[in-house]
Amino acid sequence: MSVLVYTENWDGKFKKLSFELVSYAKEVANKLNTSVTALSIGNVDESELNKLCNYGANKIVTINNSKLYVVDNQAYTSVIAEVAVKENANVLVLAHNNTGKAIAPRLSVRLKAGLVTAVVASPLSTEPFVVTKKVFTSKAFAKVTVKTPVKILTLMQNAFGICDSSEAFVTEQFEPTINDVKTEVVEVSKVSGKILLTDAEIVVSGGRGMKGPENWGFIEELASLLGAGTACSRPVSDEHWRTHEEHVGQTGKIIAPTLYIACGISGAIQHLGGISSSKIIVAINKDADAPIFEAADYGIVGDVMKILPEMIAAVKELKGI
Amino acid sequence: MKILVCINNVSDTTTKIKFVDNKSFDSAGVQWIINPWDELALTRVIEIKEVQPSAIESITVINVGLADAEATIRKALAIGADNGIRINYEAKDSYSVAFQLAEYIKKENYDIILCGIESSDYNGANVGGMLSEFLNLPSLSSVSYLDVKDGKVMLKREIDGGQESISIQTPFVGIVQKGIANEPKIPSMRGIMTARTKQLQILEAAPSEIFTEFMEFELPKPKAACRKIDPENVRELVQLLHNEAKVI
Repeated sequence: MSVLVYTENWDGKFKKLSFELVSYAKEVANKLNTSVTALSIGNVDESELNKLCNYGANKIVTINNSKLYVVDNQAYTSVIAEVAVKENANVLVLAHNNTGKAIAPRLSVRLKAGLVTAVVASPLSTEPFVVTKKVFTSKAFAKVTVKTPVKILTLMQNAFGICDSSEAFVTEQFEPTINDVKTEVVEVSKVSGKILLTDAEIVVSGGRGMKGPENWGFIEELASLLGAGTACSRPVSDEHWRTHEEHVGQTGKIIAPTLYIACGISGAIQHLGGISSSKIIVAINKDADAPIFEAADYGIVGDVMKILPEMIAAVKELKGI
Repeated sequence: MKILVCINNVSDTTTKIKFVDNKSFDSAGVQWIINPWDELALTRVIEIKEVQPSAIESITVINVGLADAEATIRKALAIGADNGIRINYEAKDSYSVAFQLAEYIKKENYDIILCGIESSDYNGANVGGMLSEFLNLPSLSSVSYLDVKDGKVMLKREIDGGQESISIQTPFVGIVQKGIANEPKIPSMRGIMTARTKQLQILEAAPSEIFTEFMEFELPKPKAACRKIDPENVRELVQLLHNEAKVI
């Protein structure tokens, strides 16, 4: 028995999410009285790999094969399934992100393993195996029983947190069987230097109350001062004031930052679904009855165009800029 | 090209969520819609067909559900799908739904099979990927762009911080997210009238396994009241975030 956690890397580096996944896998392994194997695919150096052991990995399996530099869902499924069988894994843990959502369902069919996605907490029990997941875009939670001997879970980012747990570990290079890779990437376009919305600890977000795209300088300046990512509500992306990548809400991105600052966002139920897992929510809106204030921890009723410059000045003062 | 769009029947996204004894979703008074991402996928292929009628032979929508889903299937027909199928099965978990879809698709020859990336009710994000594995077909997830040119399919998928343009052979399963189409189509009166005459085929379900079971639901704990700060004293907000909430 073991718990297998797939730790994705980004240009050879892990991030907080990776350590959160290992921490979660360790928690599950403790409950099952077994060990954690972390699987890394790609070119990751030894010092980076060793970081996984600070969170509870007992064994690291690494695969570095150029055929896997592009994520091909079939190839990744085969490789992870092969390692799962080799490691006799009875629980697999992946992230509830682009890659996890693409691979975990295929693994479920391949391994005949029940899958629960968007998991938000440690299993409630292991016999039967019950976990809590978000449903209705965080407007509710559900307890789900997995009935199969092998279980697969995808974990919501920032739901469990990081736990230090230093373990003695072994590292193993593994050469999997890789069939023809069918996904051909013709072109990659990436924005560099921008904080990824899903990784951002702080997010500054604008809604229709910002009046127009020309006023986004305030959002960007505040975000830059706070080291924050920028986001927007759905009407803003529908109007093409901002790109749809910035849209947070039910049909856009679901985020869980430490601090979410909603500027001129009324807080439609679909928007709240996308942000309700944030630790602290700040709302600035001129309408005192806006639903965003029901979700917010701190609020200012006022004109966002007047409040934002003052907030920028206050943050500069705090940071001594 | 023959295109299949898998559509789920879900509660409207503005629905106030309630449960009966915490055991099942309270559907009293709920409006039912096409799952938003499925609707975007359908919208996009209808757009392609409008511009290039010769490129697309047919657009079929398929739902796994009971008779109450038929209004939603008719809406898809009213928007512009050519025909509809319902597999008569009460969805229990994603695995069994994907299995039902696969059993049907295996016998057909669709070039492109599209699913929304998740359903807005149980947030599974499962069916598209499971279906592709049952069918042993390539799958692309987080697809935010789709077009057909000279018989070739062009796609983009979202990656962290950007997009990849991808060339793919048909048949494949595309799992679609926001960005693929802008506004969902609103059915015209003519569309609604024609939808009544379009074929809606009902298929019997195949016996299937169930891997997971929803035991209990709960609503989030109510939040403490929002602390209002005087708009004339914005500095106080920043101080509170620093000293009290300790988040900046």
